[in-house]
Amino acid sequence: MRTLLLTLLSLVVLRAQANDSAAAGILLPKGFTSTVFADGLGKARHLAVHSNGDVYVKLEKLRDGKGILRLRDSDGDGRSDDTFGFGRYIGTGIAIQGGHLYASSNTEVFRYPLKADGSVDTMAGQRIVTGLLDKRQHASKSIALDGKGNIYVNIGAPSNNCQEQDRRKGSPGMDPCPILDSAGGIWMFDANGRDQSYGNGVRYATGLRNVVGLDWNRQAGDLYVTQHGRDMLHQFYPEMFDRKDGAESPAEELFRVRRGSDCGWPYCYFDNAKKKKLLNPEYGGDRTKAGPCDGKEKSIMQFPGHLAPNALLFYTGDQFPARYRNGAFIAFHGSWNRMPEPQEGYYVVFVPMKDGMPSGDWEVFADGFTGPYKDPARAQYRPTGLAQGPDGSLYVSDDQKGRVWKISYRKP
Amino acid sequence: MKTIALFLTMILFQAIPKATMDRGRAVYEQNCLACHMEDGSGVPNLNPPLKKTQWVLGDKKRLIGVVMNGLNEEIVINGETYHNPMPGFDYLNDQQISDVLTYVRNSFGNKASPVTVQEVKAFRASNRK
Repeated sequence: MRTLLLTLLSLVVLRAQANDSAAAGILLPKGFTSTVFADGLGKARHLAVHSNGDVYVKLEKLRDGKGILRLRDSDGDGRSDDTFGFGRYIGTGIAIQGGHLYASSNTEVFRYPLKADGSVDTMAGQRIVTGLLDKRQHASKSIALDGKGNIYVNIGAPSNNCQEQDRRKGSPGMDPCPILDSAGGIWMFDANGRDQSYGNGVRYATGLRNVVGLDWNRQAGDLYVTQHGRDMLHQFYPEMFDRKDGAESPAEELFRVRRGSDCGWPYCYFDNAKKKKLLNPEYGGDRTKAGPCDGKEKSIMQFPGHLAPNALLFYTGDQFPARYRNGAFIAFHGSWNRMPEPQEGYYVVFVPMKDGMPSGDWEVFADGFTGPYKDPARAQYRPTGLAQGPDGSLYVSDDQKGRVWKISYRKP
Repeated sequence: MKTIALFLTMILFQAIPKATMDRGRAVYEQNCLACHMEDGSGVPNLNPPLKKTQWVLGDKKRLIGVVMNGLNEEIVINGETYHNPMPGFDYLNDQQISDVLTYVRNSFGNKASPVTVQEVKAFRASNRK
């Protein structure tokens, strides 16, 4: 009898914890709750949710030899209870469209058919893209699809600012920057193609140092990307950028890109103090000169420096209140290059949008991921990926320990 | 008793002068801290930590070489991989490199022998291409 009571009691407690945002450890606006959907997955990067509710997570470190995990919540309690792994490669990008699951390594993109019963045909994987540049720095290949048969792949520049000697104080910027031929931009490929590489793809947008978050906005019919801005303005140019300037600039930027867009890297950066796109000091910039930067693509929103926007998602569900619809969620991994100023970021923000453009300032949506220490090594969790479930819930992944949250809204 | 005295002498002999540590810390803050962090913890996936690793505590020649020539290869520490390249700092003088490496080898919980100016000088001479 006592055992039965204890069991019942512990079930009640567990149940309460599973539905309690405080237990999930993150802070959300009123009316939102979260559950820890999965935990301890390791380096969980981007994720995608199938129409049947299965969550696919791309790993940057193999887990039991597998680089993709399918997580299933078969009893509907908001927690995964069934894990299946496949794909023997590490990477970041993952997406679902047109009956296929797409996933990337740091050099290739694969796709797998999703069967009618909801399962993935891991034996029928096809290589869509191959031979992309991987020089370790900014090597992750994030992906997005437009529903019109195209896949967009970020190829990050293996460089901080295209100096002759990368990251060396005083080394001049190369002009023209040779990296832009094969990296520092977004390439477009046929989502149904096979073994495509640079020769078959289109350099859709250039002048983007490293884009980890990108998404196709169906309402606007355009690709949007979040760029990680350059490092070391204060360390390289203390006479121009004091500690605070170096922490706040350059801006992390949200771009709406079109075919042929040139967003300016490595020649230009967005100065958050001057509120202007200016010439980088490696190219003769003095915090006043804009030079060629006046003619480059302008970002549609700027954020404080070094926050590391790692995922972008346009919310199309109807579970959240109406103001969230078609707005942008951005997961900020959190800074390191703001030292010796305090670190910042490590949260998910929301940008209200109307007709494809911001209609108000950004706001922190989900916070409290780090625990007591807001720094990269000691942060408990770091937001990395975003995905929307079929019921309109928002999923957030973390690559520090591998936690996945499911965020839901209930009308008060 | 004699053993204890000898032991104490050894410890005293090994203690790093405060002036050296202060100079090393100044060089560290100027050149290293932005990537390796104030407590030497580094940045996961990007910039390696400087504590509890043979890269710092082990072979001094290799360590001097990393500072002078930079490091642009994938390195694995405690099962974690780090991807960002490090530039060379050969524009620091022998005294600065000796100070900063002695500081790093005796901070963040590290304890190892100092890197002398002579060791840096010898490496620089053999490093000329």
